[in-house]
Amino acid sequence: MEIKVLHQIMDWNEDVGDEVKKLLASHHICMVNVMGSPGSGKTSMITALINALKGNWRIGVIEGDIAGQVDAERIASLGIPAVQLNTDGACHIEAMSIQHILPELPLDELDLIFVENIGNLVCPAEFYIGEALRITLLSIPEGDDKVEKYPLMFTDTDCLALNKYDMMPYFEFEEERVLANYQTVNPGAPLFRISSRTGDGIQALADFISEKAGKVRS
Amino acid sequence: MHELSITEHLLEDCIKSAREKNASKIRVIHLCIGQLRGIIPDCIQIYLDMLSEGTIAEGARIEAEYLPVKVLCRDCKKEGEISPGHLACPHCKSLKLKLLSGKEFYIKSMEVDIDGNQSTASDNGLE
Repeated sequence: MEIKVLHQIMDWNEDVGDEVKKLLASHHICMVNVMGSPGSGKTSMITALINALKGNWRIGVIEGDIAGQVDAERIASLGIPAVQLNTDGACHIEAMSIQHILPELPLDELDLIFVENIGNLVCPAEFYIGEALRITLLSIPEGDDKVEKYPLMFTDTDCLALNKYDMMPYFEFEEERVLANYQTVNPGAPLFRISSRTGDGIQALADFISEKAGKVRS
Repeated sequence: MHELSITEHLLEDCIKSAREKNASKIRVIHLCIGQLRGIIPDCIQIYLDMLSEGTIAEGARIEAEYLPVKVLCRDCKKEGEISPGHLACPHCKSLKLKLLSGKEFYIKSMEVDIDGNQSTASDNGLE
């Protein structure tokens, strides 16, 4: 016989995500989930943002990676508390992993935590981790068809950063196409044109994050 | 491969719901998946086959129903369905759309065997 269930499958993750969000709120911490492809420049962008934000905010970083310590070491060299979250092959970070690793950061001494998610445009989008802000990163060399191919990643984000924007002259990247698609799946969400290498546009994105962090703090 | 942890929890949910109905066997699990989600039913089936061994869900079949991506065109003001790979209004080709649905992901129902004289599921109103 058939029985009705009507059960939202992702509730298990979302419930833990809400617990994480509550814990962070009690410490007045704004957590930022940074997502994008491998090589889109997540670590470089986080580094550039740390330099733009560290005068005003106390920052920590959770470096998600399938394996290794390289990115966490790169961040720690800036004098920022950083922990490495190795997923042992898994393609995304779940709320539970964040809940487990948060106590390793000095939460009473932080205002802002960047989580560098696993480099992947598919899986991380499915998992809320308790973040206050999502940044999706798309770099110019990846191509202008990514919003159509991976819509969820661009739907469930608070802003889109077009990274390596200084490479625009060298690629046939139709920005209008990305913009139109992005406005379809995520109307009204802001877009930032940045280059972590030259520093262009980083301040505008940093200001956007500051505004959100200010709201979480108050 | 994110389907692995999803399937672990899916299996837990299904067994729990089935037990509440005094079901002794889960035959089919009906899922609804919005086309914007990156969830592959075949992957869920493979993981379910592995994970359900020795449980009442052993041998259960996943039946997935894809739910369409629905949009409202901000130019011609008509509603329509689109394929996720082509984000344009089906009526006027405009790219200015508002997303109405397509991100669903839930267990709709299950086909189960029930022992004894249990009442039917609709009487219990399991939600």
